[in-house]
Parts: sequence; structure tokens; C-alpha cells
Amino acid sequence: MSPDEHLQQIKEAREAWEQGPVQKVLKRFPERKPVFSSTSGTEVKRVYTPEDTAELDYNRDLAYPGEYPYTRGVQPTMYRGRFWTMRQYAGFATAEESNQRYKYLLEQGQTGLSVAFDLPTQIGYDSDHSLSAGEVGKVGVAIDSLADMEILFDGIPLDKVSTSMTINAPASVLLAMYMGVAEKQGVPFSKLSGTIQNDILKEYVARGTYIFPPAPSMRLITNIFEFCSQNVPDWNTISISGYHIREAGSTAAQEIAFTLSNGIAYVQAAIDAGLDVDDFAPRLSFFFNSHMDFFEEIAKYRAARRLWARIMRERFGAKKPKSLMLRFHTQTAGSTLTAQQPDNNIVRVGLQALAAVLGGTQSLHTNSRDEALALPTEDSVRIALRTQQIIAYESGVADTIDPLAGSYYVESLTSSLEQQAEKYIAQIDAMGGAVRAIEGGYMQREIQDAAYEYQRGVESNERIVVGVNQFQMDEPAPKGLLTVDPAVGEMQKQKLVALRERRDNLAVANVLDELEQAAKGDANLMPLILQAAKSYATLGEICDRLRNVFGEYVAHDLL
Amino acid sequence: MEKKIRVLVAKPGLDGHDRGAKVIARALRDAGMEVIYTGLRQTPEQIVTAALQEDVDAIGLSCLSGAHNHLFPRVVELLHEQKADDIMVFGGGVIPDADIPGLKAAGIKEIFTPGTSTQDVVAFLNAHVGQ
Repeated sequence: MSPDEHLQQIKEAREAWEQGPVQKVLKRFPERKPVFSSTSGTEVKRVYTPEDTAELDYNRDLAYPGEYPYTRGVQPTMYRGRFWTMRQYAGFATAEESNQRYKYLLEQGQTGLSVAFDLPTQIGYDSDHSLSAGEVGKVGVAIDSLADMEILFDGIPLDKVSTSMTINAPASVLLAMYMGVAEKQGVPFSKLSGTIQNDILKEYVARGTYIFPPAPSMRLITNIFEFCSQNVPDWNTISISGYHIREAGSTAAQEIAFTLSNGIAYVQAAIDAGLDVDDFAPRLSFFFNSHMDFFEEIAKYRAARRLWARIMRERFGAKKPKSLMLRFHTQTAGSTLTAQQPDNNIVRVGLQALAAVLGGTQSLHTNSRDEALALPTEDSVRIALRTQQIIAYESGVADTIDPLAGSYYVESLTSSLEQQAEKYIAQIDAMGGAVRAIEGGYMQREIQDAAYEYQRGVESNERIVVGVNQFQMDEPAPKGLLTVDPAVGEMQKQKLVALRERRDNLAVANVLDELEQAAKGDANLMPLILQAAKSYATLGEICDRLRNVFGEYVAHDLL
Repeated sequence: MEKKIRVLVAKPGLDGHDRGAKVIARALRDAGMEVIYTGLRQTPEQIVTAALQEDVDAIGLSCLSGAHNHLFPRVVELLHEQKADDIMVFGGGVIPDADIPGLKAAGIKEIFTPGTSTQDVVAFLNAHVGQ
């Protein structure tokens, strides 16, 4: 029998089944909804069959793990060799307190660090700036200078851990401070591994910690690409993030599309700055969300890998396999956590984490049950980490690679998400690329519309959130939440006063002058930023000099 | 014709989480109110100035960064200094239950926490504004 005849038989059998047994049951028991659909609006069929994957060519579209187009994973042995990196995003109050939390997490079996900075740090203000009032140490650790960074990593050998830092607009400054710590520890830059988020475009779209306008921001980013390819070869120079785009309300298809469009903009900017694609592309990394729609999420990771590999090869002519591979970190979806019955969040996070692992993530952060209420307590973070460890060590899902490949549903979803994302990317290309699309508010509007639609679904009970719009109960107010001592702001201010007394202020002023001059030209700013950080210039001082030259981004918010 | 309720939805401080603020703003608009959204990173001073310029009936403050205890009462204080106590202030975000009594004592009329239906906010404004 030819494949076509075989498919024809399957189709006939399906039609008979639909007209027979299915109709019979539907007459007596209608289905729960007239139409089932994924978050991206794809209709979910009753069953999937070989008809849905008829177009799929195994060698062309899936291939083997570690082989182009990497649909099944970026490494040939995946988790059979080594589990994903278990990396909990943490940081609050002072460097001293966060250092204690990192040591606790490492003792509990966490395998990488992930630093959360407070908002003043993320926006390039020192703790004593007027706009920092009330924010110091709240959503992350307050870092004003290399002195704080030395405390943050005290007793943590930087050649033994990999460190991810969620820092964007001032990424070059925090990377410089990290390098400063490495130097003090006697660790050569070539032994450093980790990631800076360094993804300014999604800050304009969804996360909000921008400082400078797009053009100088793109320059700082390409400066980092170039500097690291020569000096810190194992550093992931960017983590192109869909996470926050999804948190802001996008669908899964938009998450892929907007993230990869931003990725295209960074690659193009670096090529335009004269870099060779295969020199920097191997160090690009990605960051995705893991949301509630289990199979759609798994398909999302697979589709993103395949699409990025094709873009890098076909659009940019990249040749090195590492330039084609989409390596990514995943965080479970904070926006799906409920303040109601917070222990239910443990189960949500378990499902989301499982999807990320089945989708082949390189590292994973699992949210804590109490994060809709406050920063997580140590107990909550431990449960979140244990969730990953149970998936890794007990469930067996990590023992074979990409176990859902070949599922009619998952393959069909993978192809459908890829096609939807390609359409969005083509639209963004037609607008002149991601930077233009963001300046015109396109991505922001698409995300807001999707977020509003989602909320309406919840309020009309089309979308059930357990404990929120169904299965509610009276419950006592949660106890034992983590609070940050408001004195942290005062402590950081005093530290700054002491720092400004003991450092060589003439040297600081000289290097800052030099940096400001250089910013007016087109030199790579990274060497001077490193020198400034090592002289204990503060983050705010460095960023202010750059603000003088670059100006500040002003958002135009539309409703 | 009945005068429409005018609301300023504002993001005080450095917090960038604006999904909730924007969803609330749209829901209020869909409920027939006139809504002005400030965008991110507004100081309490900027918010009060905008509220006076726009002649609003109420200000909705959204903060998910934990800086609410500092920022929300400051807005009420500034309104008082401007003799604009008739502008009602309400808020929302990741705000621990323990902080709510203090915020209310400081003059924030209501605090809406995660999971609140936008219809509850609409009903609240209809009940409390213009009386």
C-alpha cells in the first residue's frame, strides 16, 4: 500500500468514526464547549491522526537531537548526559542577605545562580537617588558598586558556578562588576560562565526597565557581544526574552514571534556594526515562559528551536552549528499564580516545569507558591526546587529525548505555532523590523489586546482558574510572608557615603570623564566601563554619564 | 446627560508591571468612564499634577514592586496639600494583607489584590464616586 492509500484509509476510518460513534454520543452528551482552542487561538480538535502530520518530513523537520533544525533538542544526549541547570531567581534586600540565600540554595542542590536586582539597580540609579525611595532592596538585591558585588559573591567561587543576571539597560556595568569580583578571586575571565539578560527591546515592550533610547542601547549591546567574544568567551551575552512578553499577556505564538523578531534585530545590529555572525551568535541565548496550556507550551519550545535555526541559516548565513541552536532558560509563569489558596500554585508550577523539561529547556526556574503575595520564603523556594528534583530524579521523563515527538497533536501544534510565528515575523519585517515595530507600539498593542481578552475569558467564566472563579473558599490570611526591612534603603545610603570617602575620587572622576567622551564617539565602551567599575565608580555615576550623552527613552503609552 | 466618571490610572515608582493597570484602564473605559493612563515611572508629584490638570474624580494606583507603603500615602498627602481631598484614591497590586489597614488609614479608599474581577473595580467606582 502506498503512503497516500494508507492516509486515505485513515481518513475514511475517521469519517466513519465521526459520523457513527461520535455523533451517537454527542446527541446524548454534548461536549463541554462548542469549540476548544489553545491560547494562540488554534482550534483544538477532538483527536489528531496521521493526517495532521502528513506534511512532516522527519529528516527535514525533526531530525536527531543535536542536529539541524534542532526541533528535538540542542544536544545529542540531552538530559541523559546532564540534567538541565536548576537555577532559582533570587535576590532581595542587601548583598549580605542575598549572599546567604545563594549559599542556602547551593547547599540544597541548586546548580546555578540567578541574581534578581532591585529596580533602582535595574534602572541605573544609586540607592540614594530620590526615585529610589521605597524601592531599595524590594524586588531584588541593591547593588550600587563593586563593593556590594564583592559581598554578594563572597565565598562563592566564580569559576565553579554559572551566574545568570537579570540586568538589561545597565548590563555592561553589572557584567563589569562581576568581572571585577572574578579578578579579586583570581579567576581568569575565560573561566567565567553565565548570562546577562541584556535584552533591551523587550524592556520597551513589556518589562519597563529601560534607560536609554533604542539606538545607543543597541550600541551598548553590540559592544558587549564584541567584547565578550574576545575576553569572556563562555559568557552568554544576551538572553533574548519572551518570558516578560508572555507575562504581559501575549499568546504562545506571539511569545515566539516577538522574541525571535527581537533576536533578528540584535543579530542584524551586530552584523551592521561589522561583527561576523559566527563570532557572536554562538553566545546568544533565550528565555521563555512556561504557561498553563501544557501541550502548547511543549510545542512552543520545539517550534522556536526549528524556526530560529532556519532564520539563522537562511537569513543570516550562519555556519557554525552553535550559531543555529536556540538554547534557552525557562521560568514558570508568574502570572498564573493565584493569591487565593496559594498552595495550589505548587501543582501549577509542577505542570509548567514538566512542560519545560519535555520541551528541552537548558535551565529552569520554578516559581514559589507565595509569589502572588510577596517575595518567596525559604520554605517556599525549597519546595519549588524540590519540584524540579522530583521531575529530574523520580519521574523518568528525562531518560529519553523529546519523548512527545511523533505525537500527532504535538507535531501538529509545533507546525501550527511555527507558521503563526512566521506570519507575525513577516508583518514585523514589513514594518521595518522589531525596533520600528516597538517604537510604533505594535507589539505593545497586540499584547494588551491578548491580555484583555484573557481577563474577559476569566471574568465570563469561559476560562476557569481554580480558586479564583471556581472552587473558591473562605481562607485565613496567609502567614509567614517574607518582608524586606525598610531600613535597607538607609543602610545602602550609609554604605555609599562610606564608599565615596574611601575610594580614590580623582581616579573615579577621570575614568568617568573619559567614558563620557568615548560615548560621544563610536568606540567600544566596555573596556572603560570595566575600568570605571573597578575604580568603585557607582552604577548611578556611570549611568548618569551615559545619560548625559545618550538621553533617556520616553515611552508613549497607548490604551 | 450624566457626567462621566473620570479616572487617572497611574504607575507610581519604578515598577514596570503594567498588565494589570492597562487591563483595569480598559475595563473602566469599556464601562463608560473616561480614563487617562500615565504610563510608567511616575513620581507622586507627577501623578497629582496630572490628576489636577485632568480634573479627575479618582486616581487608581498600581504597584507590584513592594514600594506601595511609601508611594500610595504620598499621593494622598500631596492631594491634601493641593486641597484636592475630593479626589478619591484607590490602589492595587501585590500588596500583602498586613499592609492594607495602614494604607486605608493613610486615606487610600480601597486596595484590590490579585484575582480581583475588573467588574468589582467598576462597581466600586460607581458606588463611591460622585456622591
